[in-house]
Amino acid sequence: MIANDNLIIRTIQVGLFVALFGAWYFATRSGAAPLKLFLPAPELVWREMGVLLRSGQLWSALYVTITSIIKAYIIAVVVGIAVGFVVARSRTLVHMFEPVLSGMFAVPLTMFFPLFVLFFGIGPDSKVAYGATYAFFPIALNTIAAFSNVDDLYLRASRAMGASSWQQFRYVYMPAALPVTLTGMRIGFFICIASVLGGETLAATAGVGRATALAAELMETARLYAWIAFVVCMSVMLNLLALAVETRSERE
Amino acid sequence: MEFPGRDPSQRVLALDDVSLDIRRGEFVCLLGPSGCGKSTLLNIIGGMLTQTSGSATVNGTPVTSPRPDDIAYVFQESTLFPWFTVLENFRLALKFRGVEDANWRDRAMQSLSAVGMEQFASHYPKQLSVGMKQRINLARGLCVGSEVLLLDEPFAALDEQTRMVLGEDLSILLARRGKTIVFVTHSLAEAVFLADRIVVMTARPGKVKASIEVPEPHPRSPDFMLTDAFQDIRKELYGLLRDEIRQTVAAMRVARDAQA
Repeated sequence: MIANDNLIIRTIQVGLFVALFGAWYFATRSGAAPLKLFLPAPELVWREMGVLLRSGQLWSALYVTITSIIKAYIIAVVVGIAVGFVVARSRTLVHMFEPVLSGMFAVPLTMFFPLFVLFFGIGPDSKVAYGATYAFFPIALNTIAAFSNVDDLYLRASRAMGASSWQQFRYVYMPAALPVTLTGMRIGFFICIASVLGGETLAATAGVGRATALAAELMETARLYAWIAFVVCMSVMLNLLALAVETRSERE
Repeated sequence: MEFPGRDPSQRVLALDDVSLDIRRGEFVCLLGPSGCGKSTLLNIIGGMLTQTSGSATVNGTPVTSPRPDDIAYVFQESTLFPWFTVLENFRLALKFRGVEDANWRDRAMQSLSAVGMEQFASHYPKQLSVGMKQRINLARGLCVGSEVLLLDEPFAALDEQTRMVLGEDLSILLARRGKTIVFVTHSLAEAVFLADRIVVMTARPGKVKASIEVPEPHPRSPDFMLTDAFQDIRKELYGLLRDEIRQTVAAMRVARDAQA
């Protein structure tokens, strides 16, 4: 029964994609000239993807983008968790900083992107700084929530059992705070990817985002779709990676 | 013992002039209406709270902070850490106390089998029922081997039947070990069934109203509950408590009306 339901669900999921691609294919067959310009036939896109892959343009762009994402994410995680942990140590600090941080996170930081370019240049550094800043907020906020909401019962119990403050941190605070911190890290990860790619499309000299924006500016729509397809693939892979890391750390 | 509250009008005098001597190996139940300061008293004995005046001493030394070497604490709710298995929880308790050694596992398994839970050693707390968790919680309190055991309504979250069975088990367990126990409860029957001595407290601020001995050797069988001796003590306790409970209820009404 359940296996059957799963089959139906999978069929519908695959069916949606097939329908989408089918619609795309038939639209380009029958469409008018302007539509053809904005929506190139699937086989043209496919051919462009091959060109990008063989010429090495894909790899050099991916290299820039992925290293930027990794750098930005590491900075965001380290600083976010450190700040979150320190703030969560005292109720006063939480009252002081939690509203400030969540208020700043609510501001669309995209508007500040030009400033990042001014400060860090048009190279990858501005994207790293921008991605790190944006991803910092959810990570710090979730870390604060995680560490300041540890059930008092467990703290009292561990104190009664004679736990030292290091033991209390290692065996009570850390495992209790892990799930919510991990959620923050996952949100931060996607925000980091989106910010770096978004930044690249706005102002950059290299990277997948830059290449996509350039193809659009030059009206090379087949190439544009090819880049978009690669970005989709990259996002799916990174998503799977994040999921694998998360399930592993949850099991531990 | 006085709690400051947010402003002077909210100051609460929880315990007033409480004097209590507990002999080594004695099982004492603290009985009293809700809010009379039973748990506060237990927290002071355990070093979890510092009293505003007076002193608490265990084995002749004043208690100012938790003393896991002498005192183990069993809370109302299960305090098994949900992120560790049952066995890991025992290991941690021993580690916290600083007595983790090579045969910690045997020691933990022994305590678990004493409460009939040895087959659940590798389960996580969330896989167990409330009654099972509290059973294991109790076993963990016994496992660390401290001389004094403080139990803060350990069976409050359990249903009547589980309560009875656990109470009986506790009586058997403790008869073998000769620990000193202070047990906070609301239940008259539980108090009479378990305690060597029942300390009845007054409504807030808590004072010692009466101290009643239960001259029945441990382990006690459920038949004890059917005896006249049991019923007589129970009736006596009820008489003592009734006025205090009325007072508490009246005080709650006054507080409610004052708010409204």
